[in-house]
Amino acid sequence: MNVIIKNGRVIDPSQGIDDTLDVVVENGLIMEVGKGLSAPAGVEVIDAGGMLVVPGLIDMHVHLRDPGLEYKEDIISGTRAAANGGFTSVCCMPNTKPVIDNKAIVSYIINKARTEGFCNVFPIGAITYGLQGDSMAEMGELKESGCVAVSDDGHPVANSELMRRALEYARGMGILVITHAEDLALVGEGVMNEGFTSTEIGLKGIPRVAEDIATARDVMLAEYTNSPIHIAHVSTEGSVRVIREAKARGVQVTCETAPHYFTLTDNAVRGYNTNAKMNPPLREVHDVTAIKAGLKDGTIDAIATDHAPHHLDDKDVEFNAAMNGIIGLETSLPLSLALVDEGVLSLAQLIEKMSVNPSKILDLQRGTLRAGSIADITVIDPAVEWVVDAKTLASKSKNSPWLGKQMKGGAAATVVGGRVVFNGR
Amino acid sequence: MAEFKHKDIIALRDLTKEDIERLLTTAENMREINSRDIKKVPTLRGKTIINLFYESSTRTRTSFEIAGKRLSADTVNITPSSSSATKGETLADTALNLLAMKPDIIVMRHAVSGSHYFLSKKLPGCSIINAGDGTHEHPSQGLLDMLTMKDRFGKLDGLKVAIIGDITHSRVARSNIQGLTKLGSQIFLAGPPTMMPPGVELLGNVTVCGTMKEAIQDADVVMMLRIQQERQGKTLMPNAREYSRYFGLNPENIKLAKPDAIVMHPGPINRGVEMSSYVVDGDQSHVLKQVENGVAVRMAMLYHVCGGELE
Repeated sequence: MNVIIKNGRVIDPSQGIDDTLDVVVENGLIMEVGKGLSAPAGVEVIDAGGMLVVPGLIDMHVHLRDPGLEYKEDIISGTRAAANGGFTSVCCMPNTKPVIDNKAIVSYIINKARTEGFCNVFPIGAITYGLQGDSMAEMGELKESGCVAVSDDGHPVANSELMRRALEYARGMGILVITHAEDLALVGEGVMNEGFTSTEIGLKGIPRVAEDIATARDVMLAEYTNSPIHIAHVSTEGSVRVIREAKARGVQVTCETAPHYFTLTDNAVRGYNTNAKMNPPLREVHDVTAIKAGLKDGTIDAIATDHAPHHLDDKDVEFNAAMNGIIGLETSLPLSLALVDEGVLSLAQLIEKMSVNPSKILDLQRGTLRAGSIADITVIDPAVEWVVDAKTLASKSKNSPWLGKQMKGGAAATVVGGRVVFNGR
Repeated sequence: MAEFKHKDIIALRDLTKEDIERLLTTAENMREINSRDIKKVPTLRGKTIINLFYESSTRTRTSFEIAGKRLSADTVNITPSSSSATKGETLADTALNLLAMKPDIIVMRHAVSGSHYFLSKKLPGCSIINAGDGTHEHPSQGLLDMLTMKDRFGKLDGLKVAIIGDITHSRVARSNIQGLTKLGSQIFLAGPPTMMPPGVELLGNVTVCGTMKEAIQDADVVMMLRIQQERQGKTLMPNAREYSRYFGLNPENIKLAKPDAIVMHPGPINRGVEMSSYVVDGDQSHVLKQVENGVAVRMAMLYHVCGGELE
């Protein structure tokens, strides 16, 4: 399928491009980026006047719930949500049923995504069998069968010896370890951030030091073993500081945060709002400030959503019984664009964090509009105003704290491997 | 006095000073009924009250039941062991099924903070009264404590109230802090730092004291909280012996409070741990007075959520 995207403001940080240009796509690849390009008749034309044309957005942290928990989401609905949100690639976490800890599950996901999905899906395998934290999964085979990283997301590896060995072994297999950094003993029975809000509304708190300590441990293990590590969903001021210091002394550490951690505080939990319940929990104003500072100075490499669909039955319950997490694929772009309006990031920096850097961290060979590369392209309308409506969200689950809220900016078109999977205009 | 306009009573945080004064005044009037030979008035005749207790309770459940009966309401008690909770039914489904039987008030105790707000959203046609939710609030206890203080001192404004113990896990402390602050009392907290929640001094007119002695110095009221060894025993304190030594009320340290100070406890008491028996059974103890006031306060709560007006 051939496509020409005309008259858009092309921003490609991988080549230092920011100019009004046309992009020609042929046979799934980017043929040419230049001024006043023409295309043969019959080619699909996307008029991107007033729009941004950027390397396809990559969400390196989502939960697609497939196989096993399809009542929350599946590969079709999840990739539909991704495409509508402007994402051309997503990386799915292994806490499916069964867990992504063997080749059969990896192949199932890749095949289903290829035949029925709307964007690229890169599975992330488990660090330990069944996410049990006992023994290492077959990381070599996971990598060979298509996993781009390993993680025990949601089930932090508590045993430091096992984490050390996993980092060493993964390095040997050439696969990145992504850590969910939380000290489970400190998390205890907590259900929200520990602070004034938890004191007032009487919910058990999770101290931010639970994350800080685990981040510090994992960074030190990476340093000691000379292995790369990626810290998932950074939410605290302390974690940002630990990672900043580690980067300064040359540790191979990268990290991501999620839009909710730079947009919301634990105040959102008031009223016992289960759509503000996630793990790690929403923190306080000074954490939000530190996350933004970390994004600005480059300490935080990527923005990922931690898209965590949950059925109403798992959320419309008393607070302690509600499951952790919110959907994010369809709101990430406007919430992240707000960072540009606020002056935290330039547009080019934002695209680095939502496309270029995730591709580099996971070696996806994407995140660029260079001629000859795979035609994963997102066309962004930075000005469109819209309201988050459960009825129009593509995700099967509607667990968003932004339902009914006004958004500014969003995807206008999403092109995956030269195929227009979303064209909202 | 302003009309009481709340359908539910879930937290003293949600009530105004006037609401609380209204409830206390009504409770004072209700007390007269409780001293009659025939302790029953027809006020809530034909009303149905369900006492839904997901956590065990003797005092509170009995008190609510008696309160309802004295106002001639029909009361039904449901406890988890005899309900569908053990069959895996959700709270919302249990409540909707109960609602289909057309109760006027559901009095609930539940282990999850905020579950009454969840219930209230599901049941717009029924009044919800909180008989204790997790570590959030216990408004009827807060009100009966305030009534007991008001009885003794004639006012709450300016009283110095010391609350000693596990503040973090205490819904009684939270309701007292919310209510007493609105009525002008000063609250002094003491307990091991492991049991002091962050930012508690911002909840109201609250001072966190370094020692129990500081907190009870010249206090008008000394309120001791129950230590639940099954909860606090693991990491929050060494043991009951040491707790008692530093945070227990005894005939010696009580002398630091004002000579006419009163001693309170929400019960059940661990004698010899947070309070010495000499204090529990001593002249300053108002523990049983609290229980007595509990019935009147709960009558007032039931009465007002039903839209009652005093004759």
